[in-house]
Amino acid sequence: MSELDAMAFAFERVTVFRAGRRVLDEITASIPAAGITVVSGPSGAGKTTLLRLCNRLEVPDAGTVSYRGQHLEELDPLVLRRRVGMVFQRPTAFPGSVADNLAVAHPDASTEELRTALQQVALDPALLDQEARTLSGGELQRMCLARTLVTRPETLLLDEPTSALDAQPKQVFEITTRELAARGITIIWVTHDDAQAARVADRTYQLRDGHLTGAPTEEVRP
Amino acid sequence: MTTVSWVGLMVSLLLVAVAAGVSWWQRLGLQRQILIAAARALAQLLLVGVALTLVISPGRSIWWSWLWVAAMLGYASTVARRRAPEVPHLLGLALASFAAAAVVTLGVLFGLHVFPLTGRTLVPIAGMMVGNSMTATIVAGRRLTDELRDKRDEVEARLALGQPSRQAATPYVRAALRAALTPQIETTKATGLVFLPGAMTGLILAGAAPLQAVLVQAVVMFLVLAATATTTVVIALGLIRRLFTPDHRLAHLPTPADRLDPHAVRLLPPAYHPGRHCPARDGPGQQDPVPP
Repeated sequence: MSELDAMAFAFERVTVFRAGRRVLDEITASIPAAGITVVSGPSGAGKTTLLRLCNRLEVPDAGTVSYRGQHLEELDPLVLRRRVGMVFQRPTAFPGSVADNLAVAHPDASTEELRTALQQVALDPALLDQEARTLSGGELQRMCLARTLVTRPETLLLDEPTSALDAQPKQVFEITTRELAARGITIIWVTHDDAQAARVADRTYQLRDGHLTGAPTEEVRP
Repeated sequence: MTTVSWVGLMVSLLLVAVAAGVSWWQRLGLQRQILIAAARALAQLLLVGVALTLVISPGRSIWWSWLWVAAMLGYASTVARRRAPEVPHLLGLALASFAAAAVVTLGVLFGLHVFPLTGRTLVPIAGMMVGNSMTATIVAGRRLTDELRDKRDEVEARLALGQPSRQAATPYVRAALRAALTPQIETTKATGLVFLPGAMTGLILAGAAPLQAVLVQAVVMFLVLAATATTTVVIALGLIRRLFTPDHRLAHLPTPADRLDPHAVRLLPPAYHPGRHCPARDGPGQQDPVPP
C-alpha cells in the first residue's frame, strides 16, 4: 500500500482570511496518515491556522477540510477533537496538580492510566502529585502532550511545541514524538526550524504566502 | 411622619457649600463639578418625585407602575452598556438579566405577599433591585470577557481536549461570578455593624418604628442578594452563548487597543453546524459576532 492510500487530512481549495489578508490561499493538498509530516515555513505563513483548521478551532472562509474521508462539518467537533489532539506552542497548565491537568482530558481515567500517559512522554509518574505550574518548560510541554494522549488520539497536531525549549528538552520531545509516530499515531508538526524538520520529518511540506508546496493533492481514500 | 420643608432643603445646600469649600481650600478644582453634580441630582430627584407622585398616587392603575419598572429596566441596560462597552452584546444581556431578576425577586416578594402589590411598593422595590445589582452585573460581564480574552490559550487548550464550550468556560464563569458577588456578600455581612443602610435610615427618618425599619431593610438586603446572583448568572451564561459558536469555538474578543483602532475589524469564519443551520453566521466573510 502506498503512502497516499491512507490520507489523514485533505484540504480542497481552502481559503482563510484574517483582517482582510489571505492567510491561506485556495490550498488543495493531502496529508498522509503515516509517520510525521512537518509543515515548515516562515512566521506568519499560516502554519498555525492550517493546524487549527484540522481540529476545528477555526473553520475556513472557503473550501473544505476532510479527515479520513469525512468532511469536518459532518463530524461532531467534540469527538473530532478527541480523535485529533493538539499541543500548542505555549504550554498551558491548568490550576492544580499534574494529575488534575490530565484528568481534565479524561475525568474517569485511573491513576494507572495517568501514570502510563506520563511514561509515554518520558516523564516520571511521581510528578502526578506535583503542582503543574511548578514544572520546567520542557516538563510542562511534555505534560501537555501527555494530557492530549489521555484522550487516546489517532492524530496529534503539534504547533511549534519546542520553540521555547532548550536543546536537551527539545531532543527529549523529538524522541518522544518519534516513538508515538512509531506506535501508529499520525503526527502533523508545524515548525519554522528547518534543522528540526530534517531531524523528525518523514516528509516536509512548505507553507509560504498562503500556498502549501510539496504535498500530494490526491483525494482522501477512507 | 418626619418631613423636610423647602427651607430645610435650602439649608442643606450649606453642606454642598462645605464640599465646594474643601475643594477651593485644597485647590482641587472640583468646585464647579460639585455644584453641577448637586444641582443635577436635585433636578433629577425632583423630576422623579413629580413623576412618581403621578404614577403611584392612590387610584392610579398599577399598570403605570409596571410601565415605570419596564422603563427602568431598559434605561439600566443602556447604562450598563455605556459603562462597559468592551462587553459584547451587553445591552440585550443586561435587559434579559434585569428582567430575570425582576421575575425572581418581585415574584417572591409580591407573589408570596411579603409586600402588598401596589405602585408605592412596586416602584421602589424594583428600583432597589436594579440599582443595587447594576455594578455586579457590569463586573460579571467585564470580568468574564477579560478572562476569556486574556486566557484564550487556556480556554482553547480545554476545547482542544474535547470539552464542550460551556464546560471549557466554567472556571472563568466561576471567577467572574465570585468577583461580582463577593462585594455584595461582604456588604450584607457588614450591614448594621459598619453602616446603616439607606432603606432603613429613610424609614427611621420618616418616622417608622426602628424594628419595622429593620425588617424592611432585611427584606431589601435579601432582595439585592437574589437580584445580584440572578443578574450576574444570566449575564455570564448569556455571554458564554454569545462568545462561543455552536460548534464550540471561541469568538475573537477585541482587546482595548483593537477597540480604539477602527481598522481592527476581525473576521470570524463561518461556523460548521452539523444538523443545525445558523444563517447569521453561515457563508464566507461574515463579520465577527462580537462588535468592535
